[in-house]
Amino acid sequence: MSDTDLLELEIENPVAPYLRQERLPHIWCPGCGIGTTVNCFARALTESGMNLDKVAIVSGIGCTGRVAGYLNLDSFHTTHGRAIPFATGLKLGNPDLKVVVYSGDGDLSAIGGNHLVHAARRNMDLMVVCVNNFTYGMTGGQVAPTTPIGATQTTMPYGNFENPFSLPFLADACGAVYVARWTVYHVKQLAKAMLEGLRKKGFVFIEALAPCPTLYSRRNRLGDGVDQLKYYKERSKIVNGADTKDVGLTFQGDIIVGKFVDRDRPTWLDAMNEHYSQHFGEKYVPYGVSHGQE
Amino acid sequence: MSEGEQVKKGKGTVFVQIEVCKGCSYCIDFCPAHCLEFSRDFNRKGYHYPVLPRPEDCTGCDLCGLYCPDFAIFGVRFKDLEKRRQPAPEPLIPAEG
Repeated sequence: MSDTDLLELEIENPVAPYLRQERLPHIWCPGCGIGTTVNCFARALTESGMNLDKVAIVSGIGCTGRVAGYLNLDSFHTTHGRAIPFATGLKLGNPDLKVVVYSGDGDLSAIGGNHLVHAARRNMDLMVVCVNNFTYGMTGGQVAPTTPIGATQTTMPYGNFENPFSLPFLADACGAVYVARWTVYHVKQLAKAMLEGLRKKGFVFIEALAPCPTLYSRRNRLGDGVDQLKYYKERSKIVNGADTKDVGLTFQGDIIVGKFVDRDRPTWLDAMNEHYSQHFGEKYVPYGVSHGQE
Repeated sequence: MSEGEQVKKGKGTVFVQIEVCKGCSYCIDFCPAHCLEFSRDFNRKGYHYPVLPRPEDCTGCDLCGLYCPDFAIFGVRFKDLEKRRQPAPEPLIPAEG
């Protein structure tokens, strides 16, 4: 017996206050990367020193949609694909909140693709964390809009031939103010990007590439979660400020990671207040001015 | 942790919540000091959990804690251990708005 074989720990795990302990262990498979992104998010919350009563987390459906249930924040588990509309309503109803949308690639870009596009266009003050595992994990490994060409999935047994979305390019083109992509291997950078996202005002889009050992990796004979992390380690190149046109992903090819976009645009609430102030002058009372940034 | 007090080699140590570990080996493969290994025993769910066979190499950098998808392991530097052992000021989360 070494000193690590302790059932009762004398000190608490640093992320324990952010988790609903009674719901652990979670349902994610061994080697799944979603838990690591949650870990990074908890570290980012610690680092930010934010009042956790002012942070709300919204998830859609799917493996990553379970995140809202495990985090000990005000959380909201919504219908499929509609995490961003619910979060928009939450933000506009209570502008003091920092609303985080935490969902998967299928939920955000396929079923809720339209909402992602329009929230980015309006520059709604949300932080969107998209955990991209290239497949629909919970329903059995169907082809997702992010599945790279050539990857085998249950609905594409001879390999996928559909052109995938490049999510950072989509978010950038629609007008997101902060776009970053990291993999689960880059934990420190991912935690830092989440911290910057929590402090940034406007539509923040963070893509976190995560292995799906049970469906994506197994169908493509890519080994388990650790093998995928080693692939991320070997083939990823950090290019901060890269043109998002060039960051598309190919099957087991190079991955360009980094912080791609960091700019400032008036958020939807700011634009509305400015517009109506010009229109109505003194009569107009601005709404939600502090905007969660006090 | 009477045993741990005696074996105070290295700069830090790790703590493992054995029953929530799923044996994914992220911590073992990505430990920068290569000081973790799978246990010979397994937990109630049948997974081998990480142990620290070379405590003198551990720096307590907590990278294992950052990688762990199951929130089962974390590292602590010995110089922070006393501070952390104090009951956390109620709680780590600021309460009032």
